Amino acid sequence: MLRLFGVGWLFHVKALTNSLFWVLISVLQPLIFASIAFFMVDSGNSSGTLLYVALGAGLMGIWSSTLFGSGGAIQWQRWQGTLELLVAAPAPFIMSLLPLTVATSSIGLYSIVATLLWGRLFFGVPLDFVDPLQLAVALPVTVLSLGMLGLLLASTFVLARNANAFSNLLEYPIWLATGLLVPLTLLPAWVGPISWVLAPTWGMDAIRDAALGSGSAWPAIGMCVVLGIVYFLLGAVCLRNFERLARQRATLSLT
Amino acid sequence: MTPALRVFVIGGRISYRALFNWISPLLYLTTMLGSPLFQILFFTYLGRFAQSQDDLFFIVGNAVQVSAMAGIYGMTMGIANERQYGTLSPLLATPANRLAIFSGRALPFIVNGFVVSTFGFAVGWLLLDFRPADGSVPSLALVVLVTTFSCTALGMLIGSIGLRARDVFFGANLVYFVMLLVCGVNVANEDLPGWLGAIGRCLPLTHGIEAAREVAEGTPLGDVTGLVLTEVLIGLAYASAAYVLFRFFEAEGRRRGSLETF
Repeated sequence: MLRLFGVGWLFHVKALTNSLFWVLISVLQPLIFASIAFFMVDSGNSSGTLLYVALGAGLMGIWSSTLFGSGGAIQWQRWQGTLELLVAAPAPFIMSLLPLTVATSSIGLYSIVATLLWGRLFFGVPLDFVDPLQLAVALPVTVLSLGMLGLLLASTFVLARNANAFSNLLEYPIWLATGLLVPLTLLPAWVGPISWVLAPTWGMDAIRDAALGSGSAWPAIGMCVVLGIVYFLLGAVCLRNFERLARQRATLSLT
Repeated sequence: MTPALRVFVIGGRISYRALFNWISPLLYLTTMLGSPLFQILFFTYLGRFAQSQDDLFFIVGNAVQVSAMAGIYGMTMGIANERQYGTLSPLLATPANRLAIFSGRALPFIVNGFVVSTFGFAVGWLLLDFRPADGSVPSLALVVLVTTFSCTALGMLIGSIGLRARDVFFGANLVYFVMLLVCGVNVANEDLPGWLGAIGRCLPLTHGIEAAREVAEGTPLGDVTGLVLTEVLIGLAYASAAYVLFRFFEAEGRRRGSLETF
């Protein structure tokens, strides 16, 4: 299983890195959004620092990458005619899907690197991280938890024919509801409980706590781990049920 | 109805309906309205955080900009998908008037973009207390219509490039995102570096958004005529360039037998 995960992850990371669309989603789009936010913060009276913005824009890129990856995970297999083969293979289908969703969130790491370098080079963002050790732990844990969230999303998309189009809808709401650029205190109070069950909220907290020193990152890292496990379990249950339904209705390969 | 007019109206309608071979109408509607809703909310709240401009700046900027979803993506698909789905050769084998084929495809997307923008303003009114100046709505509608046309003209140009380029949707996505940065949607043109601002002034949206903001604040339409006319001229320039490219790639495709090769 570990070998399947490792080889699958590496395969998908290589394949995604070769795709212009993923370069756009994981590098160019975050740079454009980071620039917009840099200019806005620079010309305004906000208390937010440019490093705060750069980290937020980077995590926005990780979410976009994860979202489009999980939205497309099933649909791409359908288009390529490999979905039935993967479902029929002896290995559990979840072990074919998981490397892809984790690979899409891993590709998102380009976003953080890109927005930090962009900010440093063109906007003079100081890259002084208060606790590099915590940051080194927070980043991969965040990526993994987002990958698990991607798995949960992908598992619910087995029955949907236009899941990739539906995923377009979830980009801005999650950016907003998880406080990646806009602090949650500015949003209506009812957004708070929604943000608590979303891994990007805790991932962002962990990364900012580690980088800016606004607190200890360990509690937020712990929440990312817990949520990641919950997403994985829910994803596994959903996937098993939706896979069974898709077999019963003979809708697995319908596009 | 003359043959050219028939091609313009019916051809345009069929081309628009062809979009739904890959997306259901319900999902299309949800995407077209859902994304703008959250984009407007996101940037307005980001604006409140950054304290760079007031709410009206972001609501008007984004409500006008979202028309580009139909104008850029829709129009690009309206032209480039003919090649993608193998219908380009039969289409160009007909003796139909090329201008009617080409421009007919734009009309549904202009209407679509206008509806999306109107929805964007309604979102601002309902959720963000956006209140345009009294009596400004007809003028605002005109400015939005003109801007939607110019955005669609840019989409036509990208679509025409799609008759030759391998991955035109990369270009369409990139242009859409760059417009968010350089066209004064969320960052005032004067707050951008000079060269970025200059790029923005050569693109659709910039002058239209500026005019829309002034009109929404109560400036009479007559006082923003210059901005509106500039937007119209930019739209016409892109539409003309798109048509020239369309004919050029048609001729080249025929000569090289490469209409539908990738």
